[in-house]
Amino acid sequence: MERVFSAVGARTVSSVSAFGQFGLFAWQMIRWLLTESVRLRTWVRTMPLFYEVGNRTLPVIMITGTFVGLVLAVQSFDQLKAAGFEQRMGVLVSITLVQELGPVLAGVMVAGRVGGALTAELGTMRVTEQISALTVMGADPIRHLVVPRFLACLLLTPLLTFFCDLCGSLAGWFIAVHLKGIPSNPYWYYIREAIELWDIGVGFSKSVIFGGAIGLIACYKGFHCRTGAEGVGRACTESFVVSFITILVTDFFVGYFLSGLYRGIWGFKSLV
Amino acid sequence: MVDHSSSNVAEPAPNHQPVVRLVDVHKQFGDLVVLDGVNLKLRKGETTVIIGESGCGKSVLLNHIVRLLKPDRGEVYFHDQRIDNLPERELAVLRPHFGFLFQLSALFDSLSVEENVGFPIAEHTKKSRKEVASIVRRKLAMVGLDGLQDKFPAQLSGGQKKRVALARAIALDPEMVLYDEPTTGLDPPRADEINELILKLKGELGVTSVVVTHDMASARKVADRIVMLHRGEFIFDGTPESIARSNDARVRCFVEGRCAADVLQTLHEKGQT
Repeated sequence: MERVFSAVGARTVSSVSAFGQFGLFAWQMIRWLLTESVRLRTWVRTMPLFYEVGNRTLPVIMITGTFVGLVLAVQSFDQLKAAGFEQRMGVLVSITLVQELGPVLAGVMVAGRVGGALTAELGTMRVTEQISALTVMGADPIRHLVVPRFLACLLLTPLLTFFCDLCGSLAGWFIAVHLKGIPSNPYWYYIREAIELWDIGVGFSKSVIFGGAIGLIACYKGFHCRTGAEGVGRACTESFVVSFITILVTDFFVGYFLSGLYRGIWGFKSLV
Repeated sequence: MVDHSSSNVAEPAPNHQPVVRLVDVHKQFGDLVVLDGVNLKLRKGETTVIIGESGCGKSVLLNHIVRLLKPDRGEVYFHDQRIDNLPERELAVLRPHFGFLFQLSALFDSLSVEENVGFPIAEHTKKSRKEVASIVRRKLAMVGLDGLQDKFPAQLSGGQKKRVALARAIALDPEMVLYDEPTTGLDPPRADEINELILKLKGELGVTSVVVTHDMASARKVADRIVMLHRGEFIFDGTPESIARSNDARVRCFVEGRCAADVLQTLHEKGQT
């Protein structure tokens, strides 16, 4: 019994300590971000990362968005037709993508493709003493390595989400018009009628939060990885798993809060 | 008990003021005591070699000098300024006084040789690109690698990486250069090149050097003073000449590259069972 208590206690202390370490890491990053984001050299360092995070992730995001749009359209058509709402299929596809699936899927893709790569890169730098070398040279590693990576994830995840939404909506349009015989005009008309600036804002807010969280978690895991190839590998896995869970949990709480806020201000909104 | 086989080097001479002082430094990782009340004075212009078996805490000691690690207890001074409790931002001002050659070279993979060597200069000075390039060329020439500016670390051999890392370590003309296992992983001629460079830098720049190694040939060649760390304490402090005359069995085993008698006995016993 004593052993169980001891193990639980040690685990609790270790978890609280890790959480505190992450908080301190995030705080140091924010402090540097405030002073460094106005400096040209920070953006010079960030440009190659824009390419890495943005350009190289775009194809996989577009493929994901397209197929999710296709599936949503195919799955919803019969039910909508039965209710006589098939011309509003675009609303269902678009609102699902803009508010929920776009940010979540783009976030998951960024966490998998970019977050893992960032953790591996920084983890390798840690193992090969490059991060220590920065410290010894009086160059703060958080300022040099974390701030540009955080900025790239923070700013490009919303842009990638936009492409995911766009591809999904176009894929839905393709199914609606070319396979199900719905006229093109009503498809876009109902989307314009139903999607408000608020919906776009909700999706945008989520994608910014997800992007920031992915950047921070990936860098933290890279900075604190254990030695050896196994340590780097484990850090990459942990980085993705923690980012993925963070995305899902944050999505729920942000969605719950914002939908409550909307109802409080404008009341219930019907999409039909 | 420290073996001061050569008593003339145990205490600093009046004209050799210590650049760095470690006072009663303790460091522990979990249950493992790595440094157990270590005292060390590193004198100006002197090359001190720290020897000891693998995992005895030599690199940990080196990391305390540049404050990559903080002691659990004890104090570290750079000249008269205590640095073990200094905030990182204040410490950043002192960092250019130290150059550090890492065991794995620690060159930045994504930067060229020129950018690697120029990195500390760009970080701590406001020199123009042209001036930085000129300093980089001079430093690379000192280590015999001028002309490799455009190469990337992945294109260099192990010995070349060490020399580029050394050029980076001396880019800001530091007062003290620390070498962590500088000859590890190099073939004997390349290792000797590094030894010669350590001597050359001492002669040309007058730097205070600390070399961590378990390569006795290297230690004998570059050291003015050798200290041996064993189970968290110094058990020898003397000249390269005096270490060969040490009566301490642990020191003799290390210097002669022999397995300790008790370990040897254990190995033989295990072999019989």
